[in-house]
Amino acid sequence: MVLLEVTGLTKSFRGLKAVAGASFAIETGAIVALIGPNGAGKTTCFNLIAGALPPDAGTVVLDGRAITGFSADRACHAGIGRTFQVVKPFVQLSVLDNVTVGALHATRDVAAAQREAWRVLELLHLDHKAGQLAGTLTLPERKRLEVARALATQPKLLLLDEVMAGLRPTEIDEMVQVFRRLNRETGLTILLVEHVMRAVMALAHRIIVLHQGRIIAEGAPDQVVRDPAVLECYLGGAPA
Amino acid sequence: MSRSAPALPGRVRVGLILALALLLAAPWVAGPYLLSVLVLALYYAYVGQAWNVMMGFAGQLSLGHALYVGLGAYVSATLYLHAGIGPWAGAPIAALVSAGAGAVIGFLAFRFGIGGVYFALLTIAFAEFTRIGFEHIDWLGGAGGLFLPVVARGQLDIVDLRGGPRLFYYVLLALTAAALWLCSRLKHSRIGYYWLAIREDPDAARALGIDLFRYRVLAAAISAGMTSIGGTVIAFYYNSLTPADSFGSAKSIEIILGPLVGGLGTLAGPILGAFVLTGLGEALRALLDATGHQVPGATQLFYGLVLLLVIKYLPNGIWPGLARRLGLG
Repeated sequence: MVLLEVTGLTKSFRGLKAVAGASFAIETGAIVALIGPNGAGKTTCFNLIAGALPPDAGTVVLDGRAITGFSADRACHAGIGRTFQVVKPFVQLSVLDNVTVGALHATRDVAAAQREAWRVLELLHLDHKAGQLAGTLTLPERKRLEVARALATQPKLLLLDEVMAGLRPTEIDEMVQVFRRLNRETGLTILLVEHVMRAVMALAHRIIVLHQGRIIAEGAPDQVVRDPAVLECYLGGAPA
Repeated sequence: MSRSAPALPGRVRVGLILALALLLAAPWVAGPYLLSVLVLALYYAYVGQAWNVMMGFAGQLSLGHALYVGLGAYVSATLYLHAGIGPWAGAPIAALVSAGAGAVIGFLAFRFGIGGVYFALLTIAFAEFTRIGFEHIDWLGGAGGLFLPVVARGQLDIVDLRGGPRLFYYVLLALTAAALWLCSRLKHSRIGYYWLAIREDPDAARALGIDLFRYRVLAAAISAGMTSIGGTVIAFYYNSLTPADSFGSAKSIEIILGPLVGGLGTLAGPILGAFVLTGLGEALRALLDATGHQVPGATQLFYGLVLLLVIKYLPNGIWPGLARRLGLG
């Protein structure tokens, strides 16, 4: 079953086509990675799906419902949870309160939201920081907080925008385990933009490669990383 | 900043009970001058609390809150003078009118994406053209304003809110307590969490499903309605109201000083700030009078100085540091 279907997605900034007619689909329960060189249009793609930007053309369908051009809050209601590449913590609120805001999307009851926030924080190994102000967190912790907040909204589709960047290899492996477990246990569908190939190879069931706003390759991870076009524009090195 | 209501330590609880007892007894102990200072401090504590909802919680800087003070004053005074409707009914009506005005200004600003400094300018503009407008409505006394019938000294008419400083002291004390209770409830509710999220980062808040427009307009309406009730009470206390005194931009600034000095976004900050500023300002005036100096504008200069010092040395206001010392932080 297809959870997200994107067709002919296009967005230009002052004549520069950031995303040029991208079409792809994500099955329910899949983990899909969107990779490509800097400026390929990955984050713009995310912003178009999550409602942070309206597309010039194309459609976005989530779970059979057209959400094209939805505002970010309505996209969240439709079931999209997203993290920001440049993290946006609520710095003057505690870590627990940050996540509680997300959890209040699913329940109106503050106590219930706080319980849910604790659960998500434990999942991301942030529970020992719950009482601290988010502004005191390190960058890797802030990245985890982004994920926790988005997860707390109980999305159908989780969009992760470079949450592994700046993490140490052991921390990356830890995050990979968290997402695998979530995916296995709750069937959460994940679309991630990522440069850390260690994480991409460990997580993704499928990889989509974006270059200059177009999809140039798509398929199983071990196939995609051997694709000559991908090697040339992104991964580097001559094909063996 | 833990926001789940903490269990208060014993000595703080004792301190609070003592403070409350002192506040309740004050009008029977204090002389007329001290009582007038306390009335003023309570008034600024109350309107500061109301302003804090919009700026401290939802992050919307309003520099035109005198608009709602003025509407509260004029609507209830007009109802009383021209329709015989007393302030107990007039104040809620004025609050609804003000909440409507706040919502409309919020609607215009947020719908057209006017934020930050431009929003602040818009609030000043609305307060100013309302002031100028009221100066040209003869039916409302024009620039000379309205006067409420003064009662004989010592006479108490609670129904029409006619009486001496003691009556207004207790009314304002009750209002301040009610505002504190309401703000505490709001802050620990879903709405409060959403306001703080919007204040901290609108984009992130939006991605978590928060309808920014709705919650910002809500904050503006609640803040305006609350402020308006303060305007009604202060007009009936002074028995007179003029457009300059009610809607003037100096009034808008006086409203925001308390929360800024006490601690923006905190519950105790607006009250603490109002008492500290009013107390120090009056002490300075008394000192100058006693030494035979007449310095017009000395209090305003002093407020400016205090504000500078607070911004430089206590950018979060007095309360957060004090709370930590009291073991509440």
